[in-house]
Amino acid sequence: MPGIPRSMPLLLAGMVLGACCAAAPAPDSGAVLAITEVKPGVFVHAGMLDDWGPGNGGDVANLGFIVGRRCVAVIDTGGTPAVGRALLASIERTTPLPICWVINTHAHPDHVLGNAAFVNAGSTAPHFVAHARFTRALAARETYYLNALERDFGLRLTHASIVYPDTVVETSLDLDLGDRVLTLRAWPTAHTDNDLTVYDQRTRTLFTSDLLFVQHLPVLDGSLRGWLAVMADLARIPADTVVPGHGGVSTDGSAALATQASYLEALTRDTRSAIHDHRTIQQAVDSITVPAGSHWLLGERFHRRNVTAAYAELEWEDIPPTTAEAPPRSPSSPQRSRP
Amino acid sequence: MKSWVVRCFLMRAAASFALLAVGLFCTGAWAEIETADNPEANPVWQKVRASLFKSRPIAAASDDVISLVVPARAEDAAIVPIAIHTRLLQTPTRYIDKVYLIIDNNPSPISAIFQFTPQSGRADIETRVRVDEYTHVRAIAETNDGRLHMATAFVKASGGCSAPPGKDAQAALASLGRMRLSVEGHAEDNQPQLAQLMISHPNNSGLALDQVSRLYTPAYFVRQVNVSYAGVLVMSADVDFSISENPNFRFYFLPRGDGELKAEVIDSHDLRFQSTLKYRRAQ
Repeated sequence: MPGIPRSMPLLLAGMVLGACCAAAPAPDSGAVLAITEVKPGVFVHAGMLDDWGPGNGGDVANLGFIVGRRCVAVIDTGGTPAVGRALLASIERTTPLPICWVINTHAHPDHVLGNAAFVNAGSTAPHFVAHARFTRALAARETYYLNALERDFGLRLTHASIVYPDTVVETSLDLDLGDRVLTLRAWPTAHTDNDLTVYDQRTRTLFTSDLLFVQHLPVLDGSLRGWLAVMADLARIPADTVVPGHGGVSTDGSAALATQASYLEALTRDTRSAIHDHRTIQQAVDSITVPAGSHWLLGERFHRRNVTAAYAELEWEDIPPTTAEAPPRSPSSPQRSRP
Repeated sequence: MKSWVVRCFLMRAAASFALLAVGLFCTGAWAEIETADNPEANPVWQKVRASLFKSRPIAAASDDVISLVVPARAEDAAIVPIAIHTRLLQTPTRYIDKVYLIIDNNPSPISAIFQFTPQSGRADIETRVRVDEYTHVRAIAETNDGRLHMATAFVKASGGCSAPPGKDAQAALASLGRMRLSVEGHAEDNQPQLAQLMISHPNNSGLALDQVSRLYTPAYFVRQVNVSYAGVLVMSADVDFSISENPNFRFYFLPRGDGELKAEVIDSHDLRFQSTLKYRRAQ
C-alpha cells in the first residue's frame, strides 16, 4: 500500500492499513493523483467520500484542472500540501503548458491547503484567484486549520504555507486560457460566504464548488436559505457536465441539485418546526434525523452539525429589524464608531 | 506525549456596572488532550483556579446543586449548546450568587461569569459557545455563603472544516444590535418563569490576521448583559468571545405581579442595546 506520508506517525499508518478503503490514503512526494478526463481538456480528481482527516490524507475534495491552448487553470488544490504536490505532478504528466491560474472555490481546508505546492510552480508563477470574501474567511480560520493539521495530521505548517489570492472576484470574471474561456462566478452566502463556481464555456462543464454535494451529505457553513436560493440560479446554468465539490461527476446536474434540495428543504422544514414548538437547539439536534429513504453518506458525521447551524440561522427569521431599539448614547461611556 | 506551551495573562477591566470583568487570556499552541482523564491536572485550569478562587475548596458537584449538559462532540465548533442546571431554589437566605463557565482550552478560558439573585427564582442558564479543541468544560456555582461546587464535562473537537468563526461576517455586522426578549410559556404564581434573550452580534474573537495590514483584527464582542424584572436584577453576565455569534441566553426570573422585563447589553465598543418586554401574570 503506497503513499503513507513519512511525517505521519507509525500508529496512524497502522490505522490506515487496517481501514477498509482500497484507495491510497495520501500522496507521498513523487506521488500523482488519479485523474479522469471528463471532457476534452477537463480533468477531475475524485476525492474520497470522507471527512477531512488523517485517515484519508486530507484527500477528500474533488479537484480539477482545465487545459487551454496557452496555459492551465487549477480548480482547488486539496487538503494538505502533499495532496497539492501530487495534483501538480499529475498536471505535469498531462501537459507541458504552464499553470496560469489557481482557483480556490471556497476557504475550506480540504480545498485550499494544497495551494502551497503551486507557488512558483514551473517557470511562471500562477495567479491565485478566489471570491472577494475568501481572504477574510480564510484569515479568520487559518489558526484553527494550522492547529488541526498539527493535531490531527501531525503536520507542522506555518502562516507562510497558507496562500491567499492575488485576484478576487466580486461578481464574475472571465479567464482566457487561450481559445478557452472560463467564467468564474461569485455567489451570495450559501454553502459558505465565499462560494465560487467555474464554468468552461467550450465543453459546458460546471465546477460547482461545494454548492453541490453528490452522495456526501451536504454540509452547511453559510446560510441554509441562501443556499436554496443560489441552487435555483445554479440550475439555470446550461451545463452538460457537472463536477460537484464532493461525489461523482454528473451529466444530469438538475437531478443532482434536486436531490440536494430535497435534503436542505427537509432540514429547513424540520428545524422551523422545532423552533415553532419551542424546542431548544440541543433538543432540535437530538430529534431531527436525516430523512428516511435518502441515501446520503456521512449523515452521522454532518447531520447534527447541519441542524445546529440551521437552527442558529432560522431562529432569527421571524424577528423584524424593528425589534431592536436604537442604541442610546450613554454620557458615561461615549459611543465609538463601529468597525 | 506532547508538551503544553501555554502563555496566560490576567486582564482586569473595570466595567461600568458593579461587576468587575475578569478575563484570563491564553495564547500559544497547545497539544491535544484526547481523553477526559484527570481534569484537575490541566495547567490552564490550575491558572484559572488560582486567579478566580485562590485556594478555596471546590466541591465536586452533586446533582442536587449544579449539573452541566454539553454534547460529547462539538458538532459545529462555532455553536456548541451548553446547559447549566441548578437544583437549589433561590431564596433570600440561600441562593446561588454566581455561576462561572470555564472552557479550559479556549483562547479565553473564563467564558462567562453569571450573577443571580433571589429574584432569579432559579440560577439555571443555557447558552452557546465556541469550542475548537478537545477540552474540559466547567460550571462552578458559588452560593451566597461562599461555597463552591463544580460540575465538569469533556467535549471533543469537531474536526473537519468546522471552525469557531461565524458563518457570514458581513451579515453579522449588518444586523448588529437586533434583539429579542421572550418568555416561554407562563409560570404559575411565585414559580420561576423561563425567558430567552437573543442578541444579534458578530461576537468575534479578533484572532484573525488581516492579510493587508498584517495586524490582528480587533476583537468585537458583547461584554456585559444585565436583565432586570420590575427594576430588580435577575441575571447579569460578564462574557466574551467564547460565546457564539448572536449570543443567546435562556434563564429564569421570579415574576411578582405584572412588570417589565428589561435587558441591557454592552459590547466591547461600549455600544449599548436594550430590549424590554411587558410581562403579565397568568390569569
